[in-house]
Amino acid sequence: MKRNPIWMVVNGIGLVLLICIFALPFVWMISTSFKTLGETMTFPPKWIPNQLLWENFSKAWNSGPFLKYLMNSTIVSVGILILQFATIIPAAYAFARYRFKGSNFFFGVTMITLMIPTQLIFLPVYLQMSSWGLLDTLWALILPFASSAFGIFLLRQSFKQVPEELLEAARLDQASEWKIIMKIMVPMAKPVLITFGMFSFIAHWNDYFWPLVMTTTDASRTLPLGITKLREVDGGVAWNILMAGNLILVIPILFIFFFAQRQIIRAFIYTGVK
Amino acid sequence: MAEIRLVNIVKKFDEDTVVNNLNLTIEDGSFTVIVGPSGCGKSTTLRMIAGLETPTSGEIWIGDECVTNMEPGKRNIAMVFQNYALYPTMTVRKNIEFGLVNKKVQKAERDSLIQEISDIVGLTDHLDKKPHQLSGGQRQRVALARAMVKKPKVFILDEPLSNLDAKLRGQMRRELIQLHKRLGTTFVYVTHDQVEAMSMGDQIILLDKGVTQQMDSPMNMYHDPNNVFTAEFIGTPPMNILERGHLNAVLPTLFEDVKYVGFKPEHAEIIAGSEERQDHVVLKSEILTTETLGAETIYTVSNAAGMMNVKRFDTPIEETNDVQIAIPYEKLYFFDGQEERIRFIEIDRTAPQQPKPVLVGGV
Repeated sequence: MKRNPIWMVVNGIGLVLLICIFALPFVWMISTSFKTLGETMTFPPKWIPNQLLWENFSKAWNSGPFLKYLMNSTIVSVGILILQFATIIPAAYAFARYRFKGSNFFFGVTMITLMIPTQLIFLPVYLQMSSWGLLDTLWALILPFASSAFGIFLLRQSFKQVPEELLEAARLDQASEWKIIMKIMVPMAKPVLITFGMFSFIAHWNDYFWPLVMTTTDASRTLPLGITKLREVDGGVAWNILMAGNLILVIPILFIFFFAQRQIIRAFIYTGVK
Repeated sequence: MAEIRLVNIVKKFDEDTVVNNLNLTIEDGSFTVIVGPSGCGKSTTLRMIAGLETPTSGEIWIGDECVTNMEPGKRNIAMVFQNYALYPTMTVRKNIEFGLVNKKVQKAERDSLIQEISDIVGLTDHLDKKPHQLSGGQRQRVALARAMVKKPKVFILDEPLSNLDAKLRGQMRRELIQLHKRLGTTFVYVTHDQVEAMSMGDQIILLDKGVTQQMDSPMNMYHDPNNVFTAEFIGTPPMNILERGHLNAVLPTLFEDVKYVGFKPEHAEIIAGSEERQDHVVLKSEILTTETLGAETIYTVSNAAGMMNVKRFDTPIEETNDVQIAIPYEKLYFFDGQEERIRFIEIDRTAPQQPKPVLVGGV
């Protein structure tokens, strides 16, 4: 690669611009969450509020059963993640390593489910949950996502790259199939599993549509539903409170990102270097 | 004990017959090398012994147990793979330990076994490293240690040295020979490299297209090949095989139906200028290339009978255009139309002079 200094400067400026574009809404959200209501409306917008209004957060937190929402969100997102790992790992191993009758067909069917939007199937799922009497429970939020075609696809690709000799060596070492999966395949696919886990966690943590359809009471609502209720405070929209609520929503994700990023880098280091 | 017997083994992949009616016995405690060009079925044979492939028909016996359909893990076999197949996410210690844990060996015993084995192969300082932190030779040792620690009845090695550089390969070769002596266990070793086969094996099985060409000791393999294939496979450089038709002018009268004539590169002599030789095949030749290897020199020469190699241990010859190569009659090997060896052939030494037939070709 050419190391032309002019090109490097242009490159650097481009990257900074790109970061600005991505970070701007986020910075605005943080800034707004500390403002008074009056300040949120000023034009041109003020980036740094006159004083940091920490009580926006307590107002947002106390405007509804937020602890309950937080608990529900955590149970749902973590529950989904555990069930997904429990289903996609064996499924991906089977699709990657066994040749059985109809394996291509079943993999094709799995892939087709990727192409169907949730909005198209929520009605039958709703009716199913209703007939099982699970509506307005956390089960209705967890069970429909107990497996993931995307996860199976990702993991299958990564399992396929494991050289056959490794499995043969393990079989000669008297390892059972289950042990091969847990001790050899899963550790090698760690970066993929972490990446998928993050996608899944974020998607369900932020999910608005599904809980809206499936729940009717605060007992089973999740954070995103709670946040939208903030818009109804005092008739008008209190942007500062709303943004404070949003910040409460994303902080756990930021935290996980921060933690997982180091994990991903470490995981990539020892699979990437041969 | 663990003698390995393959009885009428056939292996087909779809319509391709990879191994065709193979019968062989690998003696207990021997260092048996299965050698052949790529695609000859040697790796498939090895994998069938290990249980990684199931033969289409036939039986495999290890000791007095028929293992044809037994799971690989139950056969009491350890295998060393060409690319080592170390578990990349485990440390060296865990790699070696894995088979023992699966065998439910107690922790204290595992630790002492690992200690013992890593001392033998010289890995004690590297037990807590991951495979990617090791050099090729060290990885090879881990693979060996992982195999040895299980104290198997049979060691199976599938081209274990082919990923190493030449110097390390030579060193590992000697270490493997010593290891075999020390353990006294049956070794089955697959390679495409005849030098490895010759230097390591006490029994060599030469395969081609799924059929045994010759099963013999290294020296017999070298001095007494059964057919053209063996003759052309073994030796550096291998035997020169010439069509008899090209040699009629210089050959003595042969009574038998000889199609090919062979001689070993080191049995030919190079004579500068023209000189008469009794009881020799003499060919006027031109030297094309000269490879000086120190102790020996390998010449590629061209003459009426074609191209051939000559290996000499004397000082390299400068003259390249006008030379003669001379091969004594008793160093000639003869083969028939099916490329099979004809032994103890009678030749009429000097058609017009004293008719004194001698036995040649079977050393």
